[in-house]
Amino acid sequence: MVQQESQTAKRTSSKLFKRLYSQRYLQAMALIGIVWMLIFNYAPMYGIIIAFKDFDIIRPVSEAPWSGLEHFKEFFEDENLVSVIKNTLGMSLLKLIIGFPLPIAFALFLNELRSVRYKKFVQTISYLPHFLSWVILGGILATWLADVGIINDLLIALKVIKEPISYLAEPKYFWGIVVTSDIWKELGWSAIIYLAAITGVSPEMYEAATIDGAGRFQKMFYVTLPSIKGTITILFILAVSGILNSNFDQILVLKNQLNESASSVIDVYVYQVGISQSRYSYATAVGLIKSIISLILLLSANSITKRLNNTSLF
Amino acid sequence: MFSLKRKTLQEALFDQFNNLLMLVICFATLYPIWYVLVNSFNDGNDAMRGGIYWWPRMFSIDSYTAVFANDGIMMAMGVTVAKTFVGTVIHVLFTAMVAYAFSRRELIGRKVYMMIGTITLFFSGGLIPTFLLIRDLGMLDSFWVYIIPAMFSFFDLIIFVSFFREIPDALEEAAKIDGANDFKIFYQIILPVSMPVVATIALFHGVYQWNDYFTGMIYINNTDLQPIQTYLYRVVAQSSSNQIAAAATGDLARTVSSQSIKLATMVVTTVPIVLVYPFMQKYFVKGFMIGSVKG
Repeated sequence: MVQQESQTAKRTSSKLFKRLYSQRYLQAMALIGIVWMLIFNYAPMYGIIIAFKDFDIIRPVSEAPWSGLEHFKEFFEDENLVSVIKNTLGMSLLKLIIGFPLPIAFALFLNELRSVRYKKFVQTISYLPHFLSWVILGGILATWLADVGIINDLLIALKVIKEPISYLAEPKYFWGIVVTSDIWKELGWSAIIYLAAITGVSPEMYEAATIDGAGRFQKMFYVTLPSIKGTITILFILAVSGILNSNFDQILVLKNQLNESASSVIDVYVYQVGISQSRYSYATAVGLIKSIISLILLLSANSITKRLNNTSLF
Repeated sequence: MFSLKRKTLQEALFDQFNNLLMLVICFATLYPIWYVLVNSFNDGNDAMRGGIYWWPRMFSIDSYTAVFANDGIMMAMGVTVAKTFVGTVIHVLFTAMVAYAFSRRELIGRKVYMMIGTITLFFSGGLIPTFLLIRDLGMLDSFWVYIIPAMFSFFDLIIFVSFFREIPDALEEAAKIDGANDFKIFYQIILPVSMPVVATIALFHGVYQWNDYFTGMIYINNTDLQPIQTYLYRVVAQSSSNQIAAAATGDLARTVSSQSIKLATMVVTTVPIVLVYPFMQKYFVKGFMIGSVKG
């Protein structure tokens, strides 16, 4: 009996090797990708242990002394904690509340354009800002918002203000600038995915709605919108999980010492503490706290939407 | 019978409103860019007075002359062109190759491989461990720091895989009978028929490479190796354009300002991408539909 089993095992294993050999090129192609991921994705995950150590640049990670949860405690006692969290959450929530529905609305209205050529034209223009970097956009915004810039000119002409305002130098305008410029840049681009989903809606549904006497608005609300609910849900889950991800590039470009109190967010804080001040262990601990909370948000959003409308990421 | 084509008053109003709305959005999108453009073509010192909205007041290309005469800017531009070209070619070929292997159903261990990749979408080591890794790999101040850490993306792999799945198996079987190995099949048969998705990923990655300033900012100290976006970031954030303006000599010095140099550099940096993207549009919309999440 036992002998027989081992023989079958041998046979299946030799069969496996035969199959593996026959797909050696395929395996080589796959494994080279796996090796890349092990080095560039998984090695940094191992590197997270420096959050639990007193790492310095001179010694290798393995020799650094353990410090337990010291660096995590440090963050919770950090005087910057409250403002960093407030800014990160504040801007992200604003982006979620205002910036998330707008591309959906834009896609709905764009889809209602009768002329195909006009639709293509609008689309082509609306993607354009997505292709500009935040560095360029930072420059554009600085020009607009300058003392002699168009915003000040306009507001003075309309007699809303008397003296030009240095918008980027005042914390109270920062969140608004960030949210508005983000919408300006990504509105058209974010709408693509909804437009793609809309093209999948069956024309029969619109015909049926027309026969029932539905107008254009009614069709948008009662046919198109429910038909792309799945896509909306998936993107909403992703947006919720990204709530602690401030748009790093954008904020780094727009922030300066004067607007610091409104512009300091977790990602930028990790960068400043870690790279500029070389406090590697502490910055890694802060980054890890962020990643864990984001992961929890992702999983909760996923399970909630799964229960509510049976759509989920996984 | 009523005609479906006949518009009711309500419908016509809706159409008019919608057309107008879209026009407003187009204007709001384009005007900020136009504003920068006309100001960059204006005499630098005159532009500082403001008030230029539609057309240059004192037309001048001196800012552009100063930009093109500046070795630092031209060097940075060269680095950007090189990293965008090399980075995009390598990224597309490498990611597509791995994706092809992952897309074959007979691949032993496919589920495990996919799992390993999927985890990377949701969890990463973060900034500092990645920085330390790049340092330990000796890539600080090396051109390859732009290429190798960006040569693969699991997200792009997913888009490739779903495209490769749609290719009829008969194509591969015919090649196999002719004695081609999997690698040969990939680059002689699969890659040529996959141009829409290749173009899409190339565009995405090309834009990433062109716009990325962060890599140059944290991994590169040697100014000869910094890309134009990093250069611009330093100009925008630290207004070192004063120095360029100050370095401009003779007649040029009177007509350029740090602000106009900045605007001209921004325009020069943006033009290539604006030229490329309308040609790629048909590809990436298709690519989006392939890669789009299905609800």
